[in-house]
Amino acid sequence: MRELNASLITETVARLCVEANRNPPEDVCAALHQAASSEPFAPARDILDILVRNEGIARRENMPICQDTGMAIVFADVGQEVHIVGDFEAAVHEGVRRGYVDGLLRKSVVADPLRRVNTKDNTPAIIHTRLVPGDKLTLTVAPKGFGSENMSRLAMLTPAAGVAGVKAFVLETVRLAGANPCPPMVLGVGIGGDFEQVAEMAKRALMVPLNESNPDPFYADLEQELLAAVNQTGIGPQGFGGKTTCLGLHILQKPTHIAGLPVAVNVSCHVTRHATEVL
Amino acid sequence: MKKLTAPLSREDALSLRAGEHILLSGTVYTARDAAHLRMLSLIAEGRPLPVDLEGQVIYYAGPTPTPEGRPVGSIGPTTSVRMDAMTPALLEKGLRGMIGKGGRGQAVIDAMKKNGAVYFAAIGGAAALMASCVTDLQVICWDDLGPESVKRLTLHELPLIVAIDAQGNDAFAMGQAEYLTTAE
Repeated sequence: MRELNASLITETVARLCVEANRNPPEDVCAALHQAASSEPFAPARDILDILVRNEGIARRENMPICQDTGMAIVFADVGQEVHIVGDFEAAVHEGVRRGYVDGLLRKSVVADPLRRVNTKDNTPAIIHTRLVPGDKLTLTVAPKGFGSENMSRLAMLTPAAGVAGVKAFVLETVRLAGANPCPPMVLGVGIGGDFEQVAEMAKRALMVPLNESNPDPFYADLEQELLAAVNQTGIGPQGFGGKTTCLGLHILQKPTHIAGLPVAVNVSCHVTRHATEVL
Repeated sequence: MKKLTAPLSREDALSLRAGEHILLSGTVYTARDAAHLRMLSLIAEGRPLPVDLEGQVIYYAGPTPTPEGRPVGSIGPTTSVRMDAMTPALLEKGLRGMIGKGGRGQAVIDAMKKNGAVYFAAIGGAAALMASCVTDLQVICWDDLGPESVKRLTLHELPLIVAIDAQGNDAFAMGQAEYLTTAE
């Protein structure tokens, strides 16, 4: 067994919270730059230019790229050969607290969904843990803003709905979202599994690099087809019209029940953020 | 580009057209979901609001904490439609303008037309860039709400788009229709 002290997890999570909020991933930046140079509609190009400038300012001046620094979604792939010394979840929450307080990120979490008192330190984190082979711990912090999260949807379709049903649901979700989720969006689509697994797949799909495709050619084609359809809606940057409605769309799929076809769309924005470190 | 200073007169609001880009300076107040709920409670109880809304502009925003040596942290708009159910009551109190992102419902548009008010869109997510347009920030009330407290902001030429004008024209629908026509 390899021993890993929980305090190292705290330090790492704190650093990743700050880094993710100031430096969006290179693939997302590259997609935004690419969109700004290929957008055919002049008003939309002007907005994309502002978004590109904003990203540069955040990086140079060490400022959060968006004021909604999100809830901290933490993905932990824990190697079976790792022995964590200390309380793992407490260490993650403490890392989020330090990252958001010391890093001057916004505290956007209320302790109770109905009584709504701000926790003042952005805790708790939402933690997704998987047990994997090996002796490493991989930590990803993906701060998620709720302008886009609120536009996300899940449907339990029937098997007969098939590919056409999935396409219709994705496009309906995009149309309902409209200008709200800060387009150009990034879309994560989960297909299959069950009710809660499909939602988690949609979230994980947001972290697939934008320049990669689904390894299954059937789903890679579906990704391309859906992306093209979303970019024909005309919603455009910030909803003021244009070609660039979506910077990238990924699908994650899993086996499901003979009676079901779950589909989930996790909507994200032009500052889709995540930062990873392997311990 | 047209330059305006808040608070705004009714004439200012009526002069603006959907799709127009403007630069806004002057004083505006932040208020999001929680502050709106509290303002509506005060109105229901017949008590005064923390700010007289006549001619004022509300910015739907909750900035990141202010770093040392700067007037404000990152600041951009939140989704306006969440405030829709609570907006007509504030427009009746003289609210002249709103800054946010995304579209508005028909009840808000009708109340804007009735009261001569305008809805501006700021560029969602361009929060680091827009911080340079805020020269001062003071918490006015409800500090317990943290990022949702009411803050008075002094703006210097904040770039905005007239999203819905006082005649009810909608720049989202207009822009999307124009793009789709040119794309055909």
